[in-house]
Amino acid sequence: MVTTPVLLLLTTVVTIRPFADSSLHSSMAASAVVRRLSSAPLHDHRLLRPFSTTGSESTITVETSVPFTGHKIDPPSRSVETTPFELLSFFRDMSLMRRMEIAADSLYKSKLIRGFCHLYDGQESIAIGLEAAITKKDAIITAYRDHCIYLGRGGTLVESFAELMGRRAGCSKGKGGSMHFYKKESGFFGGHGIVGAQVPLGCGLAFAQKYLKEGTVSFALYGDGAANQGQLFEALNISALWDLPAILVCENNHYGMGTAEWRSSKSPAYYKRGDYVPGLKVDGMDVLAVKQASKFAKEYALKNGPIILEMDTYRYHGHSMSDPGSTYRTRDEISGVRQERDPIERIRKLLLSHEIATVSDLKDIEKEVRKEVEEAIAQAKENLMPDPSELFTNVYVKGFGVEVSGNASDVSFGADRKEVKAILP
Amino acid sequence: MLGIVRRKVGCEVFSAMKFSLALRKVLPTGSALPMNYSTATKEITVREALNSALDEEMSADPKVFLMGEEVGEYQGAYKISKGLLEKYGPDRVLDTPITEAGFAGIGVGAAYYGLRPVVEFMTFNFSLQAIDHIINSAAKSNYMSAGQISVPIVFRGPNGAAAGVGAQHSQCFAAWYAHVPGLKVLTPYSAEDARGLLKAAIRDPDPVVFLENELLYGESFPVSAEVLDSSFCLPIGKAKIEREGKHVTITAYSKMVGYALQAAEILSKEGISAEVINLRSIRPLDRATINASVRKTNRLVTVEEGFPQHGVGAEIGMSVVEESFEYLDAPVERIAGADVPMPYAANLERMAVPQVDNIVHAAKRACYRSVPLAATA
Repeated sequence: MVTTPVLLLLTTVVTIRPFADSSLHSSMAASAVVRRLSSAPLHDHRLLRPFSTTGSESTITVETSVPFTGHKIDPPSRSVETTPFELLSFFRDMSLMRRMEIAADSLYKSKLIRGFCHLYDGQESIAIGLEAAITKKDAIITAYRDHCIYLGRGGTLVESFAELMGRRAGCSKGKGGSMHFYKKESGFFGGHGIVGAQVPLGCGLAFAQKYLKEGTVSFALYGDGAANQGQLFEALNISALWDLPAILVCENNHYGMGTAEWRSSKSPAYYKRGDYVPGLKVDGMDVLAVKQASKFAKEYALKNGPIILEMDTYRYHGHSMSDPGSTYRTRDEISGVRQERDPIERIRKLLLSHEIATVSDLKDIEKEVRKEVEEAIAQAKENLMPDPSELFTNVYVKGFGVEVSGNASDVSFGADRKEVKAILP
Repeated sequence: MLGIVRRKVGCEVFSAMKFSLALRKVLPTGSALPMNYSTATKEITVREALNSALDEEMSADPKVFLMGEEVGEYQGAYKISKGLLEKYGPDRVLDTPITEAGFAGIGVGAAYYGLRPVVEFMTFNFSLQAIDHIINSAAKSNYMSAGQISVPIVFRGPNGAAAGVGAQHSQCFAAWYAHVPGLKVLTPYSAEDARGLLKAAIRDPDPVVFLENELLYGESFPVSAEVLDSSFCLPIGKAKIEREGKHVTITAYSKMVGYALQAAEILSKEGISAEVINLRSIRPLDRATINASVRKTNRLVTVEEGFPQHGVGAEIGMSVVEESFEYLDAPVERIAGADVPMPYAANLERMAVPQVDNIVHAAKRACYRSVPLAATA
C-alpha cells in the first residue's frame, strides 16, 4: 500500500495591507521595488539578501500554509512578517537555484558532470527560508544535496558549475565534486558523502560556538533516510546533555533514495524522534514557514539546547542523476506536488496577489536568471582542470610540515612510485 | 641528545616572553602529578609524561580541550588525565557517554570550527565505532575542501595488546590508520617520546592518531631538563636511533622498542651489533632514516605487535626493496603478532605476541647464523 505524502493546499490570508488603497500608488511602489531589484548587481552571480526589512519597506504579514505542529514545545505563530523586497528576493533566489539545478541535469547528461549529482529542485525554499532567518556567523552543514545550500551561503554560480565540472575555479578547486562544496568563511561546512555523519559534525560545530561563546547556532541538515542513523541519536543525546545550540533539520522529502519513509521508519514523525528533544513540523515548501521556524529554532537553541525541525518537502528529481525517480513513485505524485506545493509558484502567487509585481515582471526576472546561469556555465566551461601538481596539495595543511634537514618523510607517491613521487607541500 | 629538533613553525609560538610565562605556569604549583625538579637526570613514567604534556598544552592554548569516557571525574580510565578536570573545569575536560561515533563526530565538528580537540578512546579497539569520522570526516576534509577545512584534532588512547584482555581488546591499529593519506600516526615508546610527540600532535594542524600502549604507562624513563621544558616538542616524521649498530637494523615501535633493545643486548653478547630504530612516527614513515641504516648494516628485521598481513613491516620491507635493494645482503625479516585473534590463555597469548627471542632469532637469520629450528607441534 502506497501512501502519498499529504498535499498541502496553498492558502494565504492577508491581515495587513500596508499600501495606500489607490491602485496607481501601489503599482508605482511595486514597480519601484522591482526596478530596485533588477538594478542590484547581478553580474557577480550572487544571491541577493534583503538589505533590511525596515525603513522604506513596508511590512506584510502572511500566514503560513498550515500551522506548525510542535512536539514538547509550543509552536510559533503562523503569521509571518515579510516585505515586498524580501518576497521578490525569495522569488529571484529560488528561481536561480531552480535554474542551476536544471542546468546541472543537462550538464550531467552531456557528461560534463561525472560521478554523483544529487539535485535539490523542489526543496529550494528550505535553503532560502533558512538564510532569511540567520546570519553568516551561524553555521550550516548538510549532506550531499548541497549545491543550493552553498549558493544560499554566498557561493557563486561559477564556483558551483566549475566544481561540478571538476575545474580549478570550483569552490573546492575541482578536488571535491558535487558532494563536497564548502564555504567556511560564511559558515558553510560542507558537503558530506556519508549519510548521517554530518549530524554529529554539526553538533560539534555547535559545541565550538558555545565553547567560544559566540552566540550563534549550527544547523545540521539531514534527510528522512538519515533520520534513523544511530550516530544522530548519539549526537543528540550529547547535545541535549551539554545544551549545545544545535538545530537538527530533517529535510523530509519522503524518499531515502528508492525507499519511501513508511518502508524505512517505524515512526516517520521525524520531528518527534528526538523524544526528550522538542521538535517542530514545518511545511518545507513554504519559504515563509521555513523562515519563521528557523528564527524560532535559533532563539530556542541559544537558550535551551537542541531542537529538531522537520521540513516537509519534496524533490522533483530522483535521488541522484542515476535514478530516474519514477520507479518508486508515480509521475502523478510528482506532478501533483509541482502543481499544488511548488515553492516558487507559491511566492509568485503571493507577489501577484499583493500586486508587488506583475506577471511580466516575474517573467523578466526568470529570463534574467536563466541568462545568468547560462553565462556562468559558459564561464565555467572555459575554465581549466586543476594542474597535475594539485594531486598532492592539501593532503596535509601547507607550511606546517616538519623541517628536518635532509629528511623528506612527507613524501607521497603516484600510481607508479618510481615515476611519480612528490614532497607534500 | 639525538634526534631532538625544534619544530620550526609549531614552536615559534613560544616567543621569549610566552616561553617564560608558560614555564612559570608549568612549574610545581598546581601540577597534576608530583614531579621533583632536581639537577640529576629525572625519571618519569609514560603516564606522567602524557599527563604533563596534556596539562601544558591545555594551559598554553585555550582552544585545546579533552573529551572521552571517564577522562574527567574518574581521572582517566588509565589515569592519564588525572587532575585535569580539577584544573581546567568541566568546560574543557568533558566526560562523554559511551557513544564513540557520536563524540568522535562532535570532536571533528569542533575541529572544523577551529577548536583543538583531544579525543580519547578508552582503547583503540573502540575507535572502530568511530572510524568513519576519523577517516571520512577528519582525514580527507582538508583535501576535499582544497584547504578550506583543516582538522586540528588528536585521537589518542591505548593501542595493541594489554595482558589477558582477549581478542576484542588487543588489536594494534597502526597499519589501519597509517594506510590513510591525510592522517598522521604516532607511536611513542619512552617518556620523552610521549611528551614530545603528544605536544607535537596537539600543535599539529592535521588529524593525528596517537597510539599509546597500556603496558608502557607505568614504565619509567630518564628524561633531561630539556624534555621537561614546556616548549619541548618532537618532530613528526622523524625516527630515533635508540641504539647504534653495524650488523643488522631492527625497526620497532611502541612496546616492541623495549623488546628490540633487549634483543640487541643479547645479540651483542654473541657478537652481533644491532641498530635499533624507534620509528616514533608510522605516518609519515621515516623512510630516509630506515634506508640510511639499512645501507649501513645491509640487513633488516622489522618488529611490530600487530597482525602481520599488510602490516607496518610489509611497508618498511617494501620501502627498503625499492630504495636500497642493492644494499641488502639478506632477505628482510618480519616479526609480528601471530596471524590469529588474540587468545586468552597465558601460554597461547605468549605465542601470539612477539617475544625477545623471536627478535633475536630473526636477527640471527638475517646474519646467516644458524638457528636451531623450532620444534613443530
